[in-house]
Amino acid sequence: MAKRTKKSSSLRPIVLVVLGLCSLAGLVSLLLRDTDVALVNPKGYVATEQYKLLVTVTVLLLEIAVPTLLLFYFVAWKYRESNHNATYAPDITHGKLFSAYLWIIPSITALLIAIVLWPATHQLQPQKPIYANTDPMVIQVVAMRWKWLFIYPEQNIATVNFVQVPIDTPLEFQLSADETPMSSFWIPHLGGQLYAMTGHVNRLNLIASETGDFTGSSAEINGPGFAGMRFTTRVSTANDFYQWVNTVKSSGETLDAKEYQELLEPSEYNEPVLYSRSEEDLYGNMLMKYTGSHDHHTESE
Amino acid sequence: MREFLIGKLSGRALPHEWFTIGGSIAFILLVVGAIVLITYTKRWKWLWNEWLTSVDPKRIGIMYFLVGGFMLLRGGLDAIMLWLQQALASGSSQGYLTADHYQQIFTAHGNIMVFFVAMAFIFGLINYIVPLQIGARDLASPFLNSLGFWLYVGGVVMVNMFFLLGGEYAATGWLAVAPLSGTEFSPGVGVDYWIWSLQISGIGTTLGAINFIMTILKMRAKGMTLWKMPLFTWGSLCSMIMAVTVFPLLTATIFLLFFDRYLGTHFFTTTGGGNPMMYTNLIWMWGHPEVYILMLPSFGVFSEIVTTFSRKRIASYTSNVLGMIGVSSLALSVWLHHFFTMGAGANVNAFFGVMTVLIAIPTTILVFTWIATMYKGMIKFSTPMLWFLGFVGLFAIGGMAGVILAVPPADFQLHNSLFLVAHFHTMVVGGVLFGIFAGLAFWFPKLAGFRLNERLGKYAFWCWIVGFLMAFTPLYVLGIMGATRRMDHYEASTGWQPFFIMALIGGIIIMIGVAMQLVQIIASIMQRHLLADKTGDPWDGRTLEWATPSPPPSYNFTSIPAVSTRDAFYEMKLDGGFKKVYEDIHMPKNTASGIYISIFAFLIGFGFIWEIIWLVVASFIGMLWCLIKRTFDDESEYTITAKEVKAREDAAAKLPSATKSRIQQKEEMGLIEFIRIVLSWAMSIVRRKR
Repeated sequence: MAKRTKKSSSLRPIVLVVLGLCSLAGLVSLLLRDTDVALVNPKGYVATEQYKLLVTVTVLLLEIAVPTLLLFYFVAWKYRESNHNATYAPDITHGKLFSAYLWIIPSITALLIAIVLWPATHQLQPQKPIYANTDPMVIQVVAMRWKWLFIYPEQNIATVNFVQVPIDTPLEFQLSADETPMSSFWIPHLGGQLYAMTGHVNRLNLIASETGDFTGSSAEINGPGFAGMRFTTRVSTANDFYQWVNTVKSSGETLDAKEYQELLEPSEYNEPVLYSRSEEDLYGNMLMKYTGSHDHHTESE
Repeated sequence: MREFLIGKLSGRALPHEWFTIGGSIAFILLVVGAIVLITYTKRWKWLWNEWLTSVDPKRIGIMYFLVGGFMLLRGGLDAIMLWLQQALASGSSQGYLTADHYQQIFTAHGNIMVFFVAMAFIFGLINYIVPLQIGARDLASPFLNSLGFWLYVGGVVMVNMFFLLGGEYAATGWLAVAPLSGTEFSPGVGVDYWIWSLQISGIGTTLGAINFIMTILKMRAKGMTLWKMPLFTWGSLCSMIMAVTVFPLLTATIFLLFFDRYLGTHFFTTTGGGNPMMYTNLIWMWGHPEVYILMLPSFGVFSEIVTTFSRKRIASYTSNVLGMIGVSSLALSVWLHHFFTMGAGANVNAFFGVMTVLIAIPTTILVFTWIATMYKGMIKFSTPMLWFLGFVGLFAIGGMAGVILAVPPADFQLHNSLFLVAHFHTMVVGGVLFGIFAGLAFWFPKLAGFRLNERLGKYAFWCWIVGFLMAFTPLYVLGIMGATRRMDHYEASTGWQPFFIMALIGGIIIMIGVAMQLVQIIASIMQRHLLADKTGDPWDGRTLEWATPSPPPSYNFTSIPAVSTRDAFYEMKLDGGFKKVYEDIHMPKNTASGIYISIFAFLIGFGFIWEIIWLVVASFIGMLWCLIKRTFDDESEYTITAKEVKAREDAAAKLPSATKSRIQQKEEMGLIEFIRIVLSWAMSIVRRKR
């Protein structure tokens, strides 16, 4: 009952769409010149592995998505009303085999991704130490409104919104929070984020393989000062690191209970602060406020 | 005494910042304007009797579209404000909004777009189309439907109430995550507005969903088995079953948050043994299925469109239906992928990651069935089909981004970044909103009696798709650059600003698209005679809704059609069309009970927000009384005799087919033509005044 209309076939819409997409890609790459794309430019083992995984999964997905999309738009174009060369077969039926294909193709892709996903999730478990046989350097992190407090228990110093770490040394950030809503500790160049929550210690293991300054932030909204909750992560050589520790030790204030209370007062866009000494067990006492015990509660493991 | 009478309300609560003052003035002007217009045209009685108290799902559907469309403009304005702030606030510039205000806007934007735009449009479509598609005259419970709609309106009023009274909305993100939403960190009334707007509309959604499940399961035309149901009805059924499953969970979770805030309990607090992680779990157990509640009817819309415009039946109906059922069952077991970063063990994360990846299987199958449907079809590229073509491209991009986010270690890097924001906007705009627009363009002739202007519709589509890509491609890139979401400010050294500016330009192009849609509707009304649909079947449709005249009479069908195949109307046409038989019809009477109950429910929420206890108690009693009174109303139906039906149908057939319109164009008008007409009309008014 349906009749084909006259209009002649045309490639114009396709050409326009392709041109449009190309100029979009061109514009994006133009804007990307001289910028530092954090996830594509990893500076440590964890971030590198996460980036590789990202690429692997993307490739697996493109393998099914690109042919599907090309087929989709080709079929739509080929069987357009104005194409007199295309056959119109409204009563065509598809057999069981066709239905089987429908299910098998995406299932294979999903299976492949699952095969990649499962071991990678175990390998890149944030709580897992990077080298099984050496103890990582511990940095205790407290999310506060709206700043990050870093306590170095081994060096007995503390900092606010600035953290310096030695290169090629496994690090364990013990994340917690005090009088602050859930926050998320994220240094994109070094690796993925983990939440900092009151009454919990979330262990995030990272390692840096290049020196430099990398920005970290809270990725989870936690109040009006959220956007200003940024800190600098300075990766230096081991020598420079210990030199820095000594400089900090010989100058500046002490982080005692009183100073800690002052830090707890909400404040925004804080400049970095260095403390030559950190009173013992500030971190443990902070946890005890919420859990009633000194034990560091961790999720799983 | 004062505290007893008005609770926490005081002069300080009145609007005092430029945005609340501006908002209040706009809202007051709008309401006054509407009142003046209705009074001037003497339409109050008509409005009350024919529309507001109506229990006809077609009327309620249209009211959903109107309120939802209005909210779309409101939420869109929020979006432009957010984009503008981010385009400006780099380095030394702080932009034009304070952090707190910025956070209120994105919270309101999210709530409005999900609850009061997408849900409204989906419910509108289901209301209008599902009864027609299954050959029913009505819903299982017409009153419940009216009540659901009015509770939704109560939620809409509540979410905008802070403009008039109260000065602030929640600044917590659209899900009001604990402990940020507790009194410790959000002492103001913003979160309370959030609680009650969602609570009232959420109960409406649950009631509506129960009603539609009953209707679809029990009121199908004779012979229409489940496996002969149209695909939009299938999508709606899956969606509504999910809604009934998870919306009570939302209601319960919000009540727990409410207890924390009002009674000082410790469900989600940081101290006193509360557990905020519990809130995150509960809210996402609802939140993830919610996305699919919106998406499944949209899948159904596209299946209807692709079959109609390819002039072929759906390829592998069974796979398509199983695909939708698969999506809805898997969607209930993936919620944890919203917080892989909370620190769960590797096995837990990996399990939820795999479950999420599995959802890609049924969705890909749906796309495959659409391709196979177009294969050897004869495809007409009307606007609904264009929205469909745009949808598949965006759906593929958004879907891939979704699978990437489902891989826990990759998610650690992308979670809470703008990549995530870009992902879900691709799904909700490209998937849900495009589905709604396609559905509206497709069914518009059914509900209005005339088609929409195709030319302007195509302009609107191209603005939307170009604007969308311009706006959201930079967001994907920004996420990969390490930009987190919800930032009201960032460092200039990051190099992010050009991308935010690009996103703003994209947003403006989308706004032009929205304007084009409004122009399209106005132009179509101006040319309604040219575009009139006299057959009731403008697209050579395949399902029963096209067997009725456009717009259908209140009783839908003179006699309930007997169905023996899928694509029932298409087969009927091959057999010579739908034959009219006249019979007595029982129809439900209009009722205002829903409006009263909703007003009381609103007042309960309002009373709680401002701690006016007498108002809560009085409204609760009032609500209960309305419900009980309605329960004892035995005369809720009336009968139209066969004779009357015949008289009505004959009168409708005799209507002058094309009264001459003042504006006579041979073709559908374009933009220039439209502007010319509007200008000359405006000129003529000015001249007449002189």
